[in-house]
Amino acid sequence: MTTQINPRTPARADTAAQSGSREVVLDVRNLKVYYSTPTGDVRAVDDVSFKVYQGEILGLVGESGCGKTTTAMAILRMVQPPGGIVGGQILLDETDLVPMNEKELRDIRWNALALIPQGAMNSLNPIMRISDQIKEAIETHEGKQNGRQLKERILTLFGLVGLPSRIYDMYPHELSGGMKQRVCIAMAIVLNPSLIIADEPTSALDVVVQRVVGQTLLDVKERLGVSMILIGHDMGLQAQLVDRLAVMYAGHMVEISPVSTIFRDPLHPYTQLLIESIPSIKERKPLKLTEGLTHDLRNPPPGCIFQERCPKVMDICRSAKPPLDEIKPDHYVACHLYD
Amino acid sequence: MAPLLEIKNATKIYGGGFFHAKNVTVALQDFDLTIDDRPATITTIAGESGSGKTTLANLVLGFTKITSGQIVYKGVDVGTMNKQQIMEYRREVQAVFQDPYAVYNPFYRVKHIFDMVLKNFKLARTKDEGRALIEDALNVVGMRGEEVLEKYPHQLSGGQRQRMMVARAYLLKPRLIVADEPVSMVDASLRAMILDIMLRLRDEHNISFLYITHDLSTAYQIGNQIYMLYQGAVAESGGTTEVIENPKHPYVQLLIDSIPVPDPTIKWGGEDVLTLDDEQLRVSVSSGCRFYGRCKHRMDVCLVKHPPQFAVGPEHHVAACYLYDSAPVAAPSPDDVSPLPANATVRTGNQLGDLYEKEPEDTGLV
Repeated sequence: MTTQINPRTPARADTAAQSGSREVVLDVRNLKVYYSTPTGDVRAVDDVSFKVYQGEILGLVGESGCGKTTTAMAILRMVQPPGGIVGGQILLDETDLVPMNEKELRDIRWNALALIPQGAMNSLNPIMRISDQIKEAIETHEGKQNGRQLKERILTLFGLVGLPSRIYDMYPHELSGGMKQRVCIAMAIVLNPSLIIADEPTSALDVVVQRVVGQTLLDVKERLGVSMILIGHDMGLQAQLVDRLAVMYAGHMVEISPVSTIFRDPLHPYTQLLIESIPSIKERKPLKLTEGLTHDLRNPPPGCIFQERCPKVMDICRSAKPPLDEIKPDHYVACHLYD
Repeated sequence: MAPLLEIKNATKIYGGGFFHAKNVTVALQDFDLTIDDRPATITTIAGESGSGKTTLANLVLGFTKITSGQIVYKGVDVGTMNKQQIMEYRREVQAVFQDPYAVYNPFYRVKHIFDMVLKNFKLARTKDEGRALIEDALNVVGMRGEEVLEKYPHQLSGGQRQRMMVARAYLLKPRLIVADEPVSMVDASLRAMILDIMLRLRDEHNISFLYITHDLSTAYQIGNQIYMLYQGAVAESGGTTEVIENPKHPYVQLLIDSIPVPDPTIKWGGEDVLTLDDEQLRVSVSSGCRFYGRCKHRMDVCLVKHPPQFAVGPEHHVAACYLYDSAPVAAPSPDDVSPLPANATVRTGNQLGDLYEKEPEDTGLV
């Protein structure tokens, strides 16, 4: 990661930094994604709203099945039947993606909106050289290119994510997991998107390599000023990498706040529970046990979605659904405790 | 009284044979471990992928044959047991695996796994007696029979399934449970519950655990002794708190520095980790210390032979590193005990790339 490199559009990062303004890249409003089943619709994502600003990493956390990945897939318009977007808007650079047809989407995907999928390193084609895979991505979207320029561009890209140029002609099986993961990051940024969605980008890596990949992501963000949504399950990793953290529970957004605030002063009882249950290597503490199961997503109870597991449940929680309100500057919480 | 389980100079070499004589992989070299009969303990085996921890579990569970060395259970070598002794060993040494989704047959109701156990080991004479045993085992993990037994696996959460696997193991009244990454696929909020069950089984039911994990933070919370493996050899071992709070081996130090701290105000400790070409060096040198290629403190002596275990602290804290060669030697170099075949390339994992991938992955969440 020492290679000198000029980002393709340094201007974008600079302007954001200089003006200090918070330009909105992605604005998700009241998004609803339901999966239809014979016994009723599963509300995988129910009325979720959030924004991603220019040049920030937004972390998206929550337990399995809470709708993190579904939210990401909905933003890419890649939700597969029987699932579908049943309501809401997804504004990317002020253009709504929801009404778009396949052809329009093809222009948006990868150009403006890139994905680093879960287990990304297994998404490389095993019988194509690394360079050919990247070339294919570029030429599909930008048309035929001059070979020499293309090679130069790919090598520049390798420098950006800290890959040595000797892997140019290698096949995926010749690379380590961490290197493959960085090839995927390189492919995500090759067309200079405004938003990258990374779904558990380091979940199959050892801690040491995880750290290298995490630092590569931070490096890419700094140099290109690109925005990212980082979906993850490791609160420690989120604490190290993201700028703001969004917590989901059972298809709902329960809290959004800058990461330092949320770790210091979590407001929603679910977030408190999540943070308390992180095992630490700094202190040996009694295990924090939590009881209760998430309700059936087909029949959400009236009122707050967390009522069945909440240690601080009140009467109002059983009847009225708390809205996601800005309790403190830039700190949004959906909980009646702060009415 | 003989210890519960003793592993002596265990070595496992994959490959070799007539056609592949030049291509052997040493997964575990000269590994020693003792688990006392009483009190029950949780012994952690930690290390990155390809470090040999699952090989060790497979050896203890009898899934693979040991190349050299011995596994001794209650004073009897597992390799020389008769049929009856093997049956008893199979009953008293149980396993809980990583993936609570893959261990169930989706076509059967979950009570099938309990019925199989009752039948195979002839634990109950009547249906009611069997039912009472199952109920008792489920109570230990905080579940009730009528809630879960008639369900199909897909109707249960990952945490519930994993607790049922612990209940299944408990049903046999084992003395040792080999838990191979039992919480890595369970939601963080439910992880604590499974760890708590392990603690209760240890303290109230006198069941020891061989806890195999890559996650040092959970090991730190519950473990007694810890063995840190690097490419098939022990890099450092000792009391868990002692080793994690006061790591001596450069590899263990690197590992502990790399654990992301769940506090945004504390950034990753230590120095910037590796540069690319260091990654290549994970495939270790053919003689001497396996960590040589990545080590900041490497010295010439490291290449001569694999370091012996030096006693570096209290609680049997030992580290295999020449930095501590002024300390007394606690165990000889594995190269002296069981020298590898001349053609052995010490690498773990069949491909360069495989060296880093951890087991399938945590699809679980938070």
